[in-house]
Amino acid sequence: MISAFKDSIYEMAKKDNRIVLICVDQDVGLGHMSEEMPGQYFMEGISEANITGVASGLAADGFIPYIVNHASFLTRRAYEQIVLDACLQERNVRFIGMGGGLATAHLGPTHTAIEDLSLMRALPNMTVIAPCDGDEVRRLLPHTQIWNGPIYIRLARYGKPIVSEEKNGLNIGKTIVLRSSISQKGYVLLISTGAMTSRAVAAADELTSSGVSCTVLHVHTVKPIDQAAICSYARDASLVVTLEENVLSGGFGSACVEALVDDDEFGNLPPIYRIGLADKFIHKYGSQHTLFESCELETHQIVKKIANRISRIKSGSNKESA
Amino acid sequence: MGKEIDGFLDKQLDQRSKYLRKLIVRALEGAGKGHVGSALSCVEIIRVLYDDVMKYQPSNPAWADRDRFILSKGHACLALYAILADKGFIGIDELSGYTNPKSRLGGCSESTVPGVEATTGALGHGLSVGAGMALAARLQGRSSRVFVMVGDGELNEGSVWEAALFSAKHQLSNLTLIVDRNWLQIAGPTEVVTPLEPLKEKLEAFGFHTIEVDGHDLLQMRQELSIVLPSGPPRAMICHTVKGKGFPFAENDHNWHWKSGINSELIAKMNEALEMP
Repeated sequence: MISAFKDSIYEMAKKDNRIVLICVDQDVGLGHMSEEMPGQYFMEGISEANITGVASGLAADGFIPYIVNHASFLTRRAYEQIVLDACLQERNVRFIGMGGGLATAHLGPTHTAIEDLSLMRALPNMTVIAPCDGDEVRRLLPHTQIWNGPIYIRLARYGKPIVSEEKNGLNIGKTIVLRSSISQKGYVLLISTGAMTSRAVAAADELTSSGVSCTVLHVHTVKPIDQAAICSYARDASLVVTLEENVLSGGFGSACVEALVDDDEFGNLPPIYRIGLADKFIHKYGSQHTLFESCELETHQIVKKIANRISRIKSGSNKESA
Repeated sequence: MGKEIDGFLDKQLDQRSKYLRKLIVRALEGAGKGHVGSALSCVEIIRVLYDDVMKYQPSNPAWADRDRFILSKGHACLALYAILADKGFIGIDELSGYTNPKSRLGGCSESTVPGVEATTGALGHGLSVGAGMALAARLQGRSSRVFVMVGDGELNEGSVWEAALFSAKHQLSNLTLIVDRNWLQIAGPTEVVTPLEPLKEKLEAFGFHTIEVDGHDLLQMRQELSIVLPSGPPRAMICHTVKGKGFPFAENDHNWHWKSGINSELIAKMNEALEMP
């Protein structure tokens, strides 16, 4: 995803001198911009609070600054500046959080942004986006040139497998349907964001092949969330499953639940099952893959969890199956 | 309490300085509370900026070529509101609504008020935002200058020093950091709470061309602030001031940083202190 971001922002900056890239001691391979496009590329020191304020000052005078940093430091270290300098004053600052989720888990809990979606979606005026793959990043970036207000974009380190499709396009705030079984009421609705979408699609395909019809909504925009689409697809579902690479506290699944319960006309809610990171810090190291496994977010684990939940619902049992 | 420098801090207020304080009293009369001491120490600094130094258009606050002033110590907004009312950015009658439900004038300055460049109140934000605006002016080829006023207690915030490093790196010669050095913060003397001295040397070490002035001496500040340098380092002006300046009963008393329960008796005392000869 980062290379997709890099390619896109470079091309955009060439055509729009309001775009300013500010890297916080993180080289994304665009240092050549400083000579090619003077005044549009800044490599700055480890000073998240200051950089957020500077970017807000630049945005106040018409620039569109993109701050690139580790998702963890970007969101945690400069939270008050994000709140007051960017969100409160609706400045067009773009916060590019590299390695959101488990991507930097090999460096431990200091670097692992397990709650960035929760932190960012709590803020008024903030738009929060978690693309599912590199292709979607490419489709997203041009929209960030014209969107009003601050945006947080979580870039997972990985950009594959590619599950987004050109034909679906992309509009900020609009959900994308990646698998549909809406002709059969009682389907399992999987709603996912970010890198979990590829796993949601794979899990849905596996469940479908075993006779469980599934619909998959990819919600790249965590905020403002596409309440209409979520409610519409949830209405005919027998089970709604949300998937996120973020703590469940105040995260993406919470946003989906809120969208449902806040809809006055929805009626009886279907069973809802949130899959994500537990409310605890992660002290295990390893590759992204091993961390996904240990956090039980890999496809085969998702399939098993959903199958178990379906069994429970059918049997009316409140106990989780083994 | 203040720094002992001959000739500092003994200036008598002239009629205009008293008038601006009367506008502040008008706001306090309506609200019954406010950051009194913090506002009174910086009235002369803001007055010089708006009377003699900055270019701006009250009827067009967003004029691109204007100079920018950021009151990073946003709680001292009474001083800013007074000058904004005096210059016509806002109505003078609005002052009496300060902190009231129907007013747009809150207890900290917000950029929703005409003439206020940035919302401040949480400390340690203004210099970064001002540095961004100074950089923006350079990139856009504007001659706009940016003035950021911080309180001395605000210098406890690490983000100010991050912003100082940034400003020096980029040689933001169009940026001036103004320190309202009244030597007091909420909990007491700055040198007791978290010592700042030697402040001038610190700012110089961070790359600022730094001078010290009497923050109530109009002539001295006018001369220093009128200097325009096309290049070179950012500038810092440490303004030695008196917290609560103009009200003898409040001067150099940190208990007047924030004052509530301001009744008619206190208002009368304030007005008495501001009586014109």
